Amino acid sequence: MALLKSKKAKSANYISGKESRRISKENRKTTDQIEKQRNRRNVPRDEYITQMKDQNNVVEFDDLHTYFFTDIGTVKAVDGVSFNIPQGKTVGVVGESGCGKSVTSLSLMQLVQRPQGQIVSGSIRFNTGDEVYDIAKTPTSEMQKLRGNMVSMIFQEPMTSLNPVFRIGVQVDEVIQLHNKQMSKDEVKVRSIEMLELVGIANSEGVYRMYPHELSGGMRQRVMIAMGLACNPKLIIADEPTTALDVTIQAQILELLRNLKDKINSSIMLITHDLGVIAEMADFVVVMYAGRIVERGTADEIFKNPSHPYTIGLMNSKPAVGKKVDRLYSIPGKVPNPIDMPNYCYFYDRCEKRMDVCKTAYPNEIYLTPTHAVSCYLYHEMKGALENGR
Amino acid sequence: MRKFILRRLAISVVILFFVALIIYTIMRCMPSSFVENMAREKASLPGGKSYREWLDQLNQSYGLDKGIAAGFVHWLKQAVRGNFGDSWAFNVPVTQKFKTVIMDSFVLGGTSFLLQIIIAIPLGILAARKQYSKTDYAISVFALIGISLPSFFFATILKYVFSIKLGWFDLFGMIGRMYEQLSPFGKFLDRAHHLILPVITLVIVNVGSLMRYTRTNMLEVLNSDYIRTARAKGLSEKRVINYHAFRNTLIPIVTIIGGTLPSLFAGAMITETLFQIEGIGYTSYQAMTTGDIPFSMFYMVFMAILTLLGNLIADVLYAVVDPRVRVN
Repeated sequence: MALLKSKKAKSANYISGKESRRISKENRKTTDQIEKQRNRRNVPRDEYITQMKDQNNVVEFDDLHTYFFTDIGTVKAVDGVSFNIPQGKTVGVVGESGCGKSVTSLSLMQLVQRPQGQIVSGSIRFNTGDEVYDIAKTPTSEMQKLRGNMVSMIFQEPMTSLNPVFRIGVQVDEVIQLHNKQMSKDEVKVRSIEMLELVGIANSEGVYRMYPHELSGGMRQRVMIAMGLACNPKLIIADEPTTALDVTIQAQILELLRNLKDKINSSIMLITHDLGVIAEMADFVVVMYAGRIVERGTADEIFKNPSHPYTIGLMNSKPAVGKKVDRLYSIPGKVPNPIDMPNYCYFYDRCEKRMDVCKTAYPNEIYLTPTHAVSCYLYHEMKGALENGR
Repeated sequence: MRKFILRRLAISVVILFFVALIIYTIMRCMPSSFVENMAREKASLPGGKSYREWLDQLNQSYGLDKGIAAGFVHWLKQAVRGNFGDSWAFNVPVTQKFKTVIMDSFVLGGTSFLLQIIIAIPLGILAARKQYSKTDYAISVFALIGISLPSFFFATILKYVFSIKLGWFDLFGMIGRMYEQLSPFGKFLDRAHHLILPVITLVIVNVGSLMRYTRTNMLEVLNSDYIRTARAKGLSEKRVINYHAFRNTLIPIVTIIGGTLPSLFAGAMITETLFQIEGIGYTSYQAMTTGDIPFSMFYMVFMAILTLLGNLIADVLYAVVDPRVRVN
């Protein structure tokens, strides 16, 4: 039995050269087809202009599938994700590393590493105010008008996210000039310095002339935020904006983001694995596991009544002040192999509350309240639970 | 910056002194010297002095009776005054011989160097942008073929195809038969026409490494976070590549290009020989084999100066393209 098991374990991560070649050939066929579809000239507008389901949302992810076609198989990084980002609200996306948080946000920016990474199905409806774009189908040339202008992104690594060979001023000017063609050079400069001041850089004129390497990590992240907010975007994606910063700066940056969001009336999609940050910032929380949403709801619901065993595990593995424990809890086991996902609940192998029914099919989403949804069989039999929101 | 350059120049002088000393020592210790050959030749003539007598006499007249240290000091004293003496093998002042042969080599080296840059950098960038595509593979194969081809073999093929079969070019030489009758512009065209095959040889053989280097660097830059930031700003792909990525790729490339300064003057011995271009590569090889100490010394020291200068230029350029290394 043990022998059989080890053989099986090996085959999950090891494939022959022949097999690998066959896969990469197939991948190329698939990606070439998608790329061809993407790179058509003059895509008719009605292909990517759609309608929102709810006008109060900025973004609606609808059954998004983003796959990576690698030489050892297809990685389903995002596998059927649906959630909304309401106008003026902060939505926190949590989950451990590699669960598809970043890929979800990169899909929204169309910055997934192509041609290996592709949105294969589903849609991302983005509301600019006048028109609604389906980002999954929007051609790159149109996307460039949205990026940095309507939706901007703040990355995890401020130390490497700024171009080392250009001055801060040039880099901030660039994004303002790009989306405001009517502005003169002087106006752009004034606006850049204004933005640098807005993000709390005291010596804004001096910093304007500095190179990135002359600034600290916190300062660079402020510059990134200034760049992101320079065109008053409808949505700010913050991909672990404070992970690389020390704790005191973290609080400042979060405070800054929250204030600026209200000032320019935009929404934030906050990606993090730090539940403390989520608790402080988010109105809504989406918990992801292995490319799928396992639970979502308002911040109150998630923190007061975590329902999915994975969310409960996450909550327990967070150190809490005033609570004495011998050893910090950690969820046992590891994430399943992304190439060879089981067809039952992905969390089954690590779950403490697993039942026989869990081994059947992936559980549907069950609504505990109109806003609180969870994908777990524990609640299927529950009284008052609403299947698919009905 | 000025202080930095001055300090580097001062260090360079010291390095140069030792380089010259080492070269001189090696030249003096070579197993067959110019005077020995000459003495043997003269002694074999009928009715002359013996080999030993000739050797002593010649050693004295060529200044080889002194020890290595004394000889070097003597050479150095003359050299710093700009007097490099007469070439033994060519019987003319070293600098004069150098002047007559350097121009062809420089034109050959310079043209092929420019072409290499013009071809290698855009193709390298293109290959990186379309990594693992057919274009990328085609460019990589072309680069590897170039790297692997020996220049004598490739030059021979070119000559066979274009000179013998097609008759488009002369087999060798720098000028055509009717050169003297041509107008100045015609002379220029004639020379250019004769340079085509040697330049193609040099470019194809040397272009590959720079191309691969550009590709590797561009790939690294394209995968960096700031390129993602540039895309997230909404910049067009063209601007991302040509402005944000290109400036960063330049950093390592500039150092490489600065380091190739001496090769512009070094000549290409094999190619020059094959096309019978009397350039510096061919001439220095002759000087070396005959044991012509003055010419070899001049040439080697000149190369050493260029190498040191090339490094200095590379460092200065490095500071120009990369703000992180600028000394305040």
